[in-house]
This record gives sequence, structure tokens and C-alpha cells, in this order.
Amino acid sequence: MSRSAARLADAAPVFAALGDATRLQIVVRLSREGPQSIVRLTRETEVSRQAITKHLRALEDAGLVRSDRDGRERIWQLQPRRLAETRRCLELISDQWDTAIGRLRALVEDNAR
Amino acid sequence: MSTDRIEKKVQLNAPRERVWRAVSDSAQFGTWFGVAFDAPFVEGARLTGKIVPTTVDAEVAAMQKPHEGKPFEFVVERIEPMQRIVFRWHPFAIEPGVDYSHEPMTLIVFELEDVSGGTLLTITESGFDRIPLARRADAFAANDGGWQMQTTLIAKYLASTSSA
Repeated sequence: MSRSAARLADAAPVFAALGDATRLQIVVRLSREGPQSIVRLTRETEVSRQAITKHLRALEDAGLVRSDRDGRERIWQLQPRRLAETRRCLELISDQWDTAIGRLRALVEDNAR
Repeated sequence: MSTDRIEKKVQLNAPRERVWRAVSDSAQFGTWFGVAFDAPFVEGARLTGKIVPTTVDAEVAAMQKPHEGKPFEFVVERIEPMQRIVFRWHPFAIEPGVDYSHEPMTLIVFELEDVSGGTLLTITESGFDRIPLARRADAFAANDGGWQMQTTLIAKYLASTSSA
């Protein structure tokens, strides 16, 4: 596999990882509230600790979060680069649409006169 | 905000018939979209276009320039005259030397509606969640000074998500 193909294949799980409401919620909470333990993440949710752990592992596999041991606890935090890359790509595609629509408008509105 | 789809709604001051031609005639589509196609749009057709860099936007042009003449695979999924035309393609397929043909395509829908004074065009592109886009952005960001911009984007993204 070429280097770039390997890099592309490597990025695929990001989209799967974000395609779940609970995981997206975890990402939002880690961003707003900062690094925290599973115990704290589980508080104020209907989701079990076991389920949260599973979701964190999925996010970790996709390179979106990482954990560090703090005594007996594991503290989870965002690893924002992957998410930012994904967002950036969508913003670029969105910008491309905007400029293309600008050209479409010029074409059809000039012709309509 | 969804990471799976992009939606654009635009009101055009032109009759619906005119807008329909601009999105359903492959030659006209090519002029505004920036791709030269080798065949007309026919339902079920698989076309290959060639990327023609735009002159409108410097950033996009700079990105497209190395890809000038690069083949652009394009499927005409469905045509409902004057109403809707649906395509599939590989979005943002810009990284040199990468074969995108085995990746899923996004679905692109153009829908037309009459509004007073013109035509409302809704464009949706969906299916991004199945596609490894992140590394393509990386390929585009030739300089790594993009990190500041990326952190700004994540802040924007999370703000929009948490207010939802």
C-alpha cells in the first residue's frame, strides 16, 4: 500500500466514530469540561459506565481521544487534531460549493436578462 | 451540525427552465462546476470529466491547479425533468496518486422549486461519514501553519453542536 493510501485508510474510522449520538456527546463534554474520568462522564447520563467505556474505546481507536492513568483512575481527553481535519475538509467542500454556486448564479441570471 | 451532509439553498433570479438547463446539461454544468465532461447526462450513465481550475477563488484554484486535467468520475443516478437531478461522485478526490474508485461515493441532489421572482435551488451532498476525508484535508494543507485554523474550526464545530 502506498503511503498516502495508508493514510487515507487510516482516517476512515473517524467518520464511523462520530456517527453515533452518545459518542458525539462524549466529545462535546470532553471539549467543554476538559479531561475527566469515566465516573464523571457517566454522571448526569442515562448511559451505563460499561457503555461509556465502550464508546470511549471506539473514539480512541479512531484517534479522537486518549487516556492517561492517574492513580487508580483513567483520565480521558480529546485529541482534537483528527476531528479538526475532518471539519476542515467539510468546510473546504462547503466553500467549493459556495464558489460554484456563485458561478452558477452568474450563468443563469445573466442569461435570464 | 452533521458531518455527513452539506446542504445549500439558493434563490436564483432566473426561470426554472433556465436553472434546469444549467444543472442537467453536462456542458453547462461543466462551465460553472469547473469540469469538462465527455458525454451528455443520461440516467444511469457513468461519465468521466476533467477538472478545469476555477479562476474565481484563489484558494480553491490553488488546490485545483495541480489536478488540472485529472479525471473526475461521475454517475448520473436519476433525472426527473424540471424537478430533480441526482449524481454520485468521489468528493475532494485530490490527493495525487490515490485511486478513489474503491471508496464509496457521495450522493448529490439538485432540487428545483418555483419561488416568486425566480427559482429556489437546493443542493445536498451526503454520505461523507463513510469517506476518509480527514487525510484529504491534510493533503491539501501543504503548510502546517493550518493548525491554528484547525483549532478555530473545532471550536466552531463544538459551539454549533452544543447549542443544538
